[in-house]
Amino acid sequence: MCAGNKLQNFRVKSLVSVMVCSLTSHPLSSSPGRALSSLSATRRGLPKEKMSENGVSSRAKVLTIDTMNPTVKKVEYAVRGPIVQRAVELERELSEGIKKPFAEVIKANIGDAHAMGQQPITFFRQVLALCSYPELLNDSTFPEDAKSRARRILQSCGGNSMGSYSASQGIDSVRQDVARYIERRDGGVPCDPDNIYLTTGASDGIVTMLKLLVCGEGATRTGVMISIPQYPLYSAALAELGAVQINYYLNEEKCWSMDISELQRALDEARRHCNPRALCIINPGNPTGQVQSRQCIEDVIRFAAKERLFLMADEVYQDNVYADGCQFHSFKKVLFEMGPEYSNTVELVSFHSTSKCYMGECGFRGGYMEIINMDNEVKAQLTKLVSVRLCPPVPGQALMDLVVNPPQPGEPSYENFIKERTATLSALAEKAKLTEQVLNTVQGISCNPVQGAMYSFPRITISAKAVKEATDKGQQPDMFYCMKMLEETGICLVPGSGFGQKDGTYHFRMTILPPTDKLKILLNKVKEFHQKFTQQYT
Amino acid sequence: MAEIYSDLIPRVCVHLSVFFYVSGPESDIGGKRRAPDRTTTTTKIKKKKMSQQTVNGVPSRGKVLTLDNMNPNVKRVEYAVRGPIVQRAVQIEKELKEGVKKPFSEVIKANIGDAHAMGQKPITFLRQVLALCSYPELLEDNKFPEDAKKRAKRILQACGGHSIGAYSASQGIECVRQDVARYIEKRDGGISSNPDNIYLSTGASDAIVTMLKLLVCGEGRDRTGVMISIPQYPLYSAALADLGAVQVSYYLDEDKCWSLDVAELRRSLNAARQHCNPRVLCIINPGNPTGQVQSRQCIEDVIRFAKEEHLFLMADEVYQDNVYAEGCKFHSFKKVLFEMGPEYSSTVEMASFHSTSKCYMGECGFRGGYMEIINMDPEVKAQLTKLVSVRLCPPVPGQALLDLVVNPPQPDEPSYTTFMKERTVVLADLAEKARLTEQIFNKVPGITCNPVQGAMYTFPRITLSQKAIDKAKEEGQVPDMFYCMKLLEEEGICLVPGSGFGQREGTFHFRMTILPPTEKLKVVLHKISEFHLRFTQEFS
Repeated sequence: MCAGNKLQNFRVKSLVSVMVCSLTSHPLSSSPGRALSSLSATRRGLPKEKMSENGVSSRAKVLTIDTMNPTVKKVEYAVRGPIVQRAVELERELSEGIKKPFAEVIKANIGDAHAMGQQPITFFRQVLALCSYPELLNDSTFPEDAKSRARRILQSCGGNSMGSYSASQGIDSVRQDVARYIERRDGGVPCDPDNIYLTTGASDGIVTMLKLLVCGEGATRTGVMISIPQYPLYSAALAELGAVQINYYLNEEKCWSMDISELQRALDEARRHCNPRALCIINPGNPTGQVQSRQCIEDVIRFAAKERLFLMADEVYQDNVYADGCQFHSFKKVLFEMGPEYSNTVELVSFHSTSKCYMGECGFRGGYMEIINMDNEVKAQLTKLVSVRLCPPVPGQALMDLVVNPPQPGEPSYENFIKERTATLSALAEKAKLTEQVLNTVQGISCNPVQGAMYSFPRITISAKAVKEATDKGQQPDMFYCMKMLEETGICLVPGSGFGQKDGTYHFRMTILPPTDKLKILLNKVKEFHQKFTQQYT
Repeated sequence: MAEIYSDLIPRVCVHLSVFFYVSGPESDIGGKRRAPDRTTTTTKIKKKKMSQQTVNGVPSRGKVLTLDNMNPNVKRVEYAVRGPIVQRAVQIEKELKEGVKKPFSEVIKANIGDAHAMGQKPITFLRQVLALCSYPELLEDNKFPEDAKKRAKRILQACGGHSIGAYSASQGIECVRQDVARYIEKRDGGISSNPDNIYLSTGASDAIVTMLKLLVCGEGRDRTGVMISIPQYPLYSAALADLGAVQVSYYLDEDKCWSLDVAELRRSLNAARQHCNPRVLCIINPGNPTGQVQSRQCIEDVIRFAKEEHLFLMADEVYQDNVYAEGCKFHSFKKVLFEMGPEYSSTVEMASFHSTSKCYMGECGFRGGYMEIINMDPEVKAQLTKLVSVRLCPPVPGQALLDLVVNPPQPDEPSYTTFMKERTVVLADLAEKARLTEQIFNKVPGITCNPVQGAMYTFPRITLSQKAIDKAKEEGQVPDMFYCMKLLEEEGICLVPGSGFGQREGTFHFRMTILPPTEKLKVVLHKISEFHLRFTQEFS
């Protein structure tokens, strides 16, 4: 942990002045401040003494904002931030009969398909019901393929019950099915079930991987490259782990595409103050909706190989590709097509989930990650680490199994499954187009095509007057904008500042998930609001 | 900013650790001393760097992520319940399947409190409601009792889009939290519980780690120390290692049925104050792995101690329905706290944890759980709410299950009789198995076993001869690991060595769950008895 003293020693002196000034401004929350004071303190021990020393009254709580984990304080997660809390409040007020200029709150802040009215896939839920209550296996109303899947899952559970713990890495047979799914998806590139770790949603896998990667202190502290805009799970996890966030910007003018020279710029700058070791990619993009070209992925892999970066590919939207000419390419497939020079060396982890795509089963917290070229000793550490939490939720594992092993042609549920799946995906494609079209008709809103994923991240023009009023209120301009929209229209969006954006630009993230008719109304309301807002602040 | 600050830490640490090595008296924190660990790590990494690094600080060969440059805290994490012995058990199972001959025909995994894996049947009502929630078309099916349908409808109505596939609020579904609060009120004789203080979690483990995470701060001598019992459930030591907090061990009194003694708490606290900032006291009641049930008096003493010493209390009460011994009763920390009057109930900060995994349900796979926080600073509470929001929400099926556990069928409802019957059978069986285990083990010379007053495990003390200890050393194993490994290889029974939970130096134990069905349990107990006699003879 104290690695790299040598490297830093020369830096310490030059930083002392910075530190002193920081210590003055944050006397309570700085940990070295504590360490220093403890050196001079004759005796600590009794809480009272200690407290007066810190300037906190003796009545204070054990755990206060000043004495809690400082890295937790730095965590921010805009997708469920203050604006969502206000939305929940408004909902409560509405239900209590308080008059508002709208009849319902529409939460377009999060990719929560079922909450937006999407129906679950029948087959999945049939199997889950069978697994939950196996007496239903005798019920003739359930199709045979659902029953055979349920039996297979139950047979691989301890005591044939979903209520038993599974192996910490996930149920064996599910990991085998995941591996076969990946092989099919990637045109036969082999996949070893032993490299599959089932997780509690993709978030869990991402945080676990980041945790493994973080080490060093000061200038050798691990840096992690994330895109801006990003999905704020990344910044939140990095803050909590005390890792260094390294921003690389996506190119809004080129449909939020990724550019190697920008990666290089970000990396070179970061090397001056931390040790960049990981590169995170979200493809299809969240919140930006771009789908990366095969060429781009190749470039990224080459970059990672050259710069010795661990690649983390967040591919949870892999089925959500809508734009003509766009196609999902998995990082793994491209890696292996680049030949052994890359496929034998580049360390990669890819994440998937049951929460997105056509399933939208967020509540089950199912997911997996595949690790590639991971050092064997590190892999053993990973296995040990996940064992502490015992296992991912078994219903989520069962669901994951169905996602990677859906009904096949010839099975009784096949037709209905395909029908449901297609209906969801084509509706999403239509809504992606609709959103882009409508928003681009509004003066002051410009919107890249939603090539994939589930969100639009349009740029909004906010006048200097509005920016000033926001600043006066102590709010980010786009937070001010979104808060006002929520209060006036009941629409809950997430301000771009929660994802990160180029200085001086403003955006919001909106999910495209509401049913088409409702989405139309919503888009028109956003349009009207924007026009009114612009007029008000000119 | 944190990165800038931390530049100074290495130097400070070195000073402190020197001081430690000289004066550090705590043999009980063995291996958990933070600062010395740091120094060792530093030296190791430095050496590595010299041999491996090029100019810009990137090793020229090898992987990006290696054992030497991964998170050092993660390396320190240990979790014996699923440790090497379990990995070997899985291997042996595979070998058996492949037809390899063994002196046994199946592996019995008595290492973990996994009721369903041991053949316990799920409670019908709980699973009916879960099936209805999973596939609401079944609500039309007249095979399901009305109360199950009613519960399912209520849960679905509280879900976004009436689907358990929607994310819930990060703190948990509101109506479930209301039901939890009412359950706690009923349990605690009417002491009020605010649903706003309930956080649903992904099993109790998740909530315990989250609370510990909130509490950890400071560096060096100011680093947060957390008091945990020895023996302990290794989730605690693992989480503390992961968070880089200081483990402060206090010993349970094996001679007094693993009871907790405030004098020992005080000894441990005072010793710890020399080198860290103890802020938290963790209690597991009923005890895991030790099975003791705390008396009301003891709980009062602990609460008084926590108040006096300004400690945050964490009460792990996941075995609250698992009390078997006559004269023993579960008292929740919260209830006792409130009965002690406002001087305590309005000041002592506490979190209590519960889960769907234990008690009569044993629904481990669903990862349901909750915590109730009491007297938490509102600003900290806001931080907690923010922190849990990053992981979106606990699994919704687990939330639904928890709702049923806190709101089971009532006397006037159609499922009541069956529910009560199933529940009673499970708990009565467990009580019988608790007694049986104690009786049989105590007949074996060299095994002594406290009564299993509650929870799901026995933690007997085993006598190992010097010869056996030497042999273990030769094999590079701790003696009780050597013992358990041998038992596994010879009898196919998988236990966890006491060293995985912590024990007084020179004593040896193992943890065994009492969950196998009675007939099977008898076989297991006799096999262990025979093995112990054989082992003793072999190494006498």
